[in-house]
Amino acid sequence: MSLLFLITIFLLSCFIGYFVVQGVTPALHSPLMSVSNAISGIVVIGALTAAALAEEFNAEEIISLFGVFFAGLNIFGGFAVSERMLKLFKKRKNR
Amino acid sequence: MISFQNLYLIYLLAAILFILAIRGLASPQSARKGNYLGMLGMTLAVLVTLLVLPSRNDLGILTALILAAVLGVSGAFQIKMTALPQMIALLNGAGGLSSLLVGFAQVLRQQAYALDATLGIVIGGVAFSGSIIAFLKLAGWYPFKRLPFANLISAALLLALAFFWIQFATSDAMGAVYLLSLMALLFGIALSLPVGGADMPIMISILNACSGFAAVGIGFSFSNVALIITGALVGASGTILAIGMTKAMNKNLISVLFSKQTESSSVADLQKTAHTASVEDAAFLMQNAGKVIIVPGYGMASAGAQYALKNMASLLEDKYHTVVKFAIHPVAGRMPGHMNVLLAEAKVDYDKVFGLDDINPDFETADVAYVIGANDITNPAAKTEPSSPLYGMPVLEVYKAKTVIFVKRSLATGYSGAANPLFFADNTLMLYGDAKKITEEIVADL
Repeated sequence: MSLLFLITIFLLSCFIGYFVVQGVTPALHSPLMSVSNAISGIVVIGALTAAALAEEFNAEEIISLFGVFFAGLNIFGGFAVSERMLKLFKKRKNR
Repeated sequence: MISFQNLYLIYLLAAILFILAIRGLASPQSARKGNYLGMLGMTLAVLVTLLVLPSRNDLGILTALILAAVLGVSGAFQIKMTALPQMIALLNGAGGLSSLLVGFAQVLRQQAYALDATLGIVIGGVAFSGSIIAFLKLAGWYPFKRLPFANLISAALLLALAFFWIQFATSDAMGAVYLLSLMALLFGIALSLPVGGADMPIMISILNACSGFAAVGIGFSFSNVALIITGALVGASGTILAIGMTKAMNKNLISVLFSKQTESSSVADLQKTAHTASVEDAAFLMQNAGKVIIVPGYGMASAGAQYALKNMASLLEDKYHTVVKFAIHPVAGRMPGHMNVLLAEAKVDYDKVFGLDDINPDFETADVAYVIGANDITNPAAKTEPSSPLYGMPVLEVYKAKTVIFVKRSLATGYSGAANPLFFADNTLMLYGDAKKITEEIVADL
């Protein structure tokens, strides 16, 4: 894909991000951090791709596997922390 | 078998699910569903990648993912709520490190023309080392009170970064990439070492943005649209949070990152005496109040006073039919939304919790403002005293309440070093002691 196309995607995504994040209620800014944290773990796709492209058992593969691990940590930890926080924000009818 | 075209369609679907995940955070009702959409998007993206790109080392990948899942999930559920800011910093560091590693793998494989991968290396490196420092500082480990010549060191590192990048761009020398990574790591450290206390939420947001933009860099090097869209989303989120908070502190990003701390400028003739109150006085005042507004700050978090506060609020509501509201300043605590999470943990209903603009008109009709572990965010000098370091910062107008009760350890200044004239006002009562203990004593007295 051409660089120009990728830059187009990037800039338009920044605008989408801007408007979506503006709509987030300030009370949920901590979960916003942890959710966005978790989804930035999407870099795991890059790590998986790099691992697949690498020759077996060379430095690239080892590095990529560590990349998979750390991105995974980011993903699992991020979503779990978010779930834990968001569970707290329940509507309480009784009080 | 899934074709590459379908692969990209599924990546696009994942990116859309991520957008919806953040959209869900617009209200507490839809937030959890949003989080699940995010998980769904991530699962789709990972599964489809594994299906389409047959790796020669499935065992290694599976091991890495399972280890990450076990460590990540158990860590997230075991950590104490008060330790959330450092947990988030640590996870953010892991994301940055991953970008750094993937960028490295790309450079190693392509050898030449891997300039776009250096973006992921540099930004990911800064996000990684900066987050680790932020983590250590939040966990209470302070290596230096202040890094000497911080600005000079940062500037030198930036120059070195640019130098090695140009060297790699013009010669493809691998040595330049190693040095480039090293400079990025050092720059991250130099950037976050001097930042502390009340500036911490801003730093964490910036590092969050960095880990997003690092993913964008990796996306460019793989021509992967999912990485670019998602990374941009995260980058925008962190940037908006950081800018919003700097505005709420009447600073700008540059001054938070690169300026020396202004030393305390005391407001003239503060050597008046403050009025002190006893726990019984405070309880009596609140029993007879029609409306009480509670203003928590970092002191509430460090003392773990949120449960005691919730008990106090419930007692006042049930027994004395008092209207109780909570007022939260955008920069209270050590991460954005910190106070909201802690109050939610103590089961305070979120529609009793208000932000700066919504609550400020309420103070005029409040009988008691109960300020617990907060200082700078209530300082009226921000409005009236041009010489104050806080001048121009929007504050919670607690001084408009009939009586202000400050629960504090001492008359010491807050993070800004600005003296708070409110301590000495005629309608202010100081209650010295631990935030949690004092509140519990009030509860016992109600």
